[in-house]
Amino acid sequence: MSTLALWIPLLPLLSAAALAAVSLSGRGRRTVPALAVLPIAAAAVLTFVVLVGHGTGAATESRIRYAATGGPELWLGARVDGLAALIAVLVGVVATAVQLYSVSYMAHEERYTSYSALISLFTAAMLVVVYSTDLLVLLVGWEVMGACSYFLIGHHWERPEARGASIKAFLVTKFGDVPFLLGILFLAHGAGTFRVQPILQHAIQQGGHGYTAAGAILLIGGVMGKSAQVPLQTWLPDAMAGPTPISALIHAATMVAAGVYVVARLYPVFLVTPAALWILAIAATLTTVTAALSAFAQRDLKRILAYSTVSQLALMVAALAAGGRDAAVFHLMSHGGFKALLFLGAGVIIHKAGTGDVDELNTQDLRRKLPVTFITMTIGLAALAGVPPFSGFFSKESIAGAAYDTATHSGPTKSLLGLTPPAGIGWLVLVATLLTGFLTAAYALRTWLMLFGPLERGWFRSAVELSQRQPQAPAPSGVSMAEAEAKAETEVAPPTAADAAAGSEWALEALVAESIREKTAAEVAAAADASASAEAAKATKAKTKVRTGPEAPRAELLPLVVLAAVTTVFGFAGLNLGWFASWLGDADGNAYHAKAAEAGKLIQPADAYHLGPGLLSILLALLALALGLGVVLVAARAKPGTDPNHVLGFLRKPAFLGFRADDLQDAVVVRPTQAAADAVGFLDTEVVDAYVRGSGHAARLLGEGLRRIQTGNVQLYLTGVLTGVVVIAAALGFGR
Amino acid sequence: MHAIYPLTLAALLFAVGVYGVLARRNAVAVLMAIELLLNAVNLNLVTFSSLLRDQYGMGQVFTIFLITVAAAETGLGLAIVLLLYRNRGTAAIDDARELGEDGALGLKRVPPQADGDGNGNADAANTATATAARTPKAVTK
Repeated sequence: MSTLALWIPLLPLLSAAALAAVSLSGRGRRTVPALAVLPIAAAAVLTFVVLVGHGTGAATESRIRYAATGGPELWLGARVDGLAALIAVLVGVVATAVQLYSVSYMAHEERYTSYSALISLFTAAMLVVVYSTDLLVLLVGWEVMGACSYFLIGHHWERPEARGASIKAFLVTKFGDVPFLLGILFLAHGAGTFRVQPILQHAIQQGGHGYTAAGAILLIGGVMGKSAQVPLQTWLPDAMAGPTPISALIHAATMVAAGVYVVARLYPVFLVTPAALWILAIAATLTTVTAALSAFAQRDLKRILAYSTVSQLALMVAALAAGGRDAAVFHLMSHGGFKALLFLGAGVIIHKAGTGDVDELNTQDLRRKLPVTFITMTIGLAALAGVPPFSGFFSKESIAGAAYDTATHSGPTKSLLGLTPPAGIGWLVLVATLLTGFLTAAYALRTWLMLFGPLERGWFRSAVELSQRQPQAPAPSGVSMAEAEAKAETEVAPPTAADAAAGSEWALEALVAESIREKTAAEVAAAADASASAEAAKATKAKTKVRTGPEAPRAELLPLVVLAAVTTVFGFAGLNLGWFASWLGDADGNAYHAKAAEAGKLIQPADAYHLGPGLLSILLALLALALGLGVVLVAARAKPGTDPNHVLGFLRKPAFLGFRADDLQDAVVVRPTQAAADAVGFLDTEVVDAYVRGSGHAARLLGEGLRRIQTGNVQLYLTGVLTGVVVIAAALGFGR
Repeated sequence: MHAIYPLTLAALLFAVGVYGVLARRNAVAVLMAIELLLNAVNLNLVTFSSLLRDQYGMGQVFTIFLITVAAAETGLGLAIVLLLYRNRGTAAIDDARELGEDGALGLKRVPPQADGDGNGNADAANTATATAARTPKAVTK
């Protein structure tokens, strides 16, 4: 199977090459959708074939020696273990869904061809990362993904925020890639090769010291960059300036998953290095809680999803830190499915409604206008929140279970290479998981209410509408309640105008949200330009039919439905004890049943894996879910007509701003760098150049002086010669 | 005979020659002064040849060699002087200062625009070389 896997990345690569040829030659544009979708779909099918062919066996590898370097050799090859096979399927499915979705979503775009070429190239790079047997080749795919991400985020490069976001994403991830490269070199130096399997064996045999420990800690830099963990998380929310399918592909399901994937792939290296696990756990805990709070406070739909991605990725990293490799990969896959679904649904909503601002969206009766999107988005948000039948519930529960097992040292983590992460990490991750579960449920419900909330009950009229309406009509009961609340809260404001108080609160928020709104407006403008003529024609033809018109092209709805179906059933893979984990295989690439046979005993799946739902973790997860949903429901009822995120209180503004992580980066990195650049510039222009200019001036002065005596009079020259001779003769004569 | 006499005579001749070369304005006089310099050297050569008991007569050979060279040099020099005189109507050596730099001591700076006219003038045949020599300098300045 690994031989087949070796060739799979070539399919999207060929697609990218063909699309690039179309883009450059400007001919054959009609073939673009086929060139974009079919090779990716074929690759997706082949990843399934590889998965099935691999089954539950041990890792296989086929490789070609690429370069004999004299030192560690370079290998082009595929190493298929359960992890690689599963993640490749995720990549294939999501990439196919995104290409299919883009056919109609981006059809009006001027640069659709180059866009789809970049998606294909990106898919190829991700598959290289997934299948590669050689860490340097993996790094190549890793960096190609970074470059594609840069181009795709900057797809709308006419807009300054898209340019800024793409540069920011590139620089921030590169900042993490420098230690990543060093980490790879350290590991390769320790093991004497860049191949994955010997590196894992070396780590298992030698333990976590020396090059292995240093390599593990350095690799974390790259993981933090790609998977958007604190302190390198800031690029991901800004990356929403790219087209929505890009957000689905790159910033939800694949590229950000690469960081988690690398940790899972090199898991023994991390497992033998407790320091690395601690770093991962602390960063992930910080990230997951702060990002969940930020998601709660955002107004832009895509930014909500972006922060939610950051938070969920941190959950996976936390699970890895706590020894829950199976749980992390399980969550990675389920999250990849439902987050792609959410982003694609958000794309439909944004195209249809013309805005991504949830405050405006909740007035648009999306539930009736977009029935398919409503159902699929509801499934996606339910999975995000962790509502039981959907995949998110099972994967989150398994993370909590793994953390609990590690914390109490009670569980089967011991069977994983005989190593257990420190119990402290287990407790930390358990608390973080439950807290995040609570927050996630809260913001998922809040998002759902803002998008599809029951309008007729008067819960979610926007504050603007309220403040406009209030002075005239006698307030209905719900509004008067809001008025009372507002009065109680803002005692400083003149009590005569509670609506003014509400308005001022709104104004503050609006001020804070200004940048976001601009971005949204620009996006809307771009989207509107694309489909302006069609929309206008439709609108003038039959204004009454707008509501019942087709909600979106089939090419956009099909991926939604498929992903929703996957999200609904995928979780049950975790219900069957050990089923998922036996497909995944052990961290060192061996199949579990082979190990069991070696040990001469039967390892029960229930002993070996965390994925089987445990009673305690189910109860805890459900408790967090119920609390989160309950808090938002209570908040929504307490203050009708306002965003339920007012329960965040004083946290709302900092959470909205992402806890000022941008300012922190600005202060810690950007401004010192600029100051250093200024200093270097000063040194260059004023010090180094002073010498250069000085030599020029000196030569010019000397030349001026010599020019003065170039009179053209030969006798003067001869006088000079004679004087020189006399001086030399005198010096020789008297100097002796 | 004591060597001091020819050596002193040579020194005097040389001094007179130096004076002539550096101070005389007439080019012919300068050439003559150069002859004086060469002959002072010749005198020195034969003097030292005799004084040092020059076995192979190198000093005297060089003297004859120098006389020959001096004859040729004088012929060439007189030809140059003749041409100079024909072109300029004078053989004053310190008037021939076309190779001097603009703004050098004792020379007026040539305004750049003045060269523009001179270039096109066909009648200024005898100053054409001077103008041509000056023009690139004015440009590079």
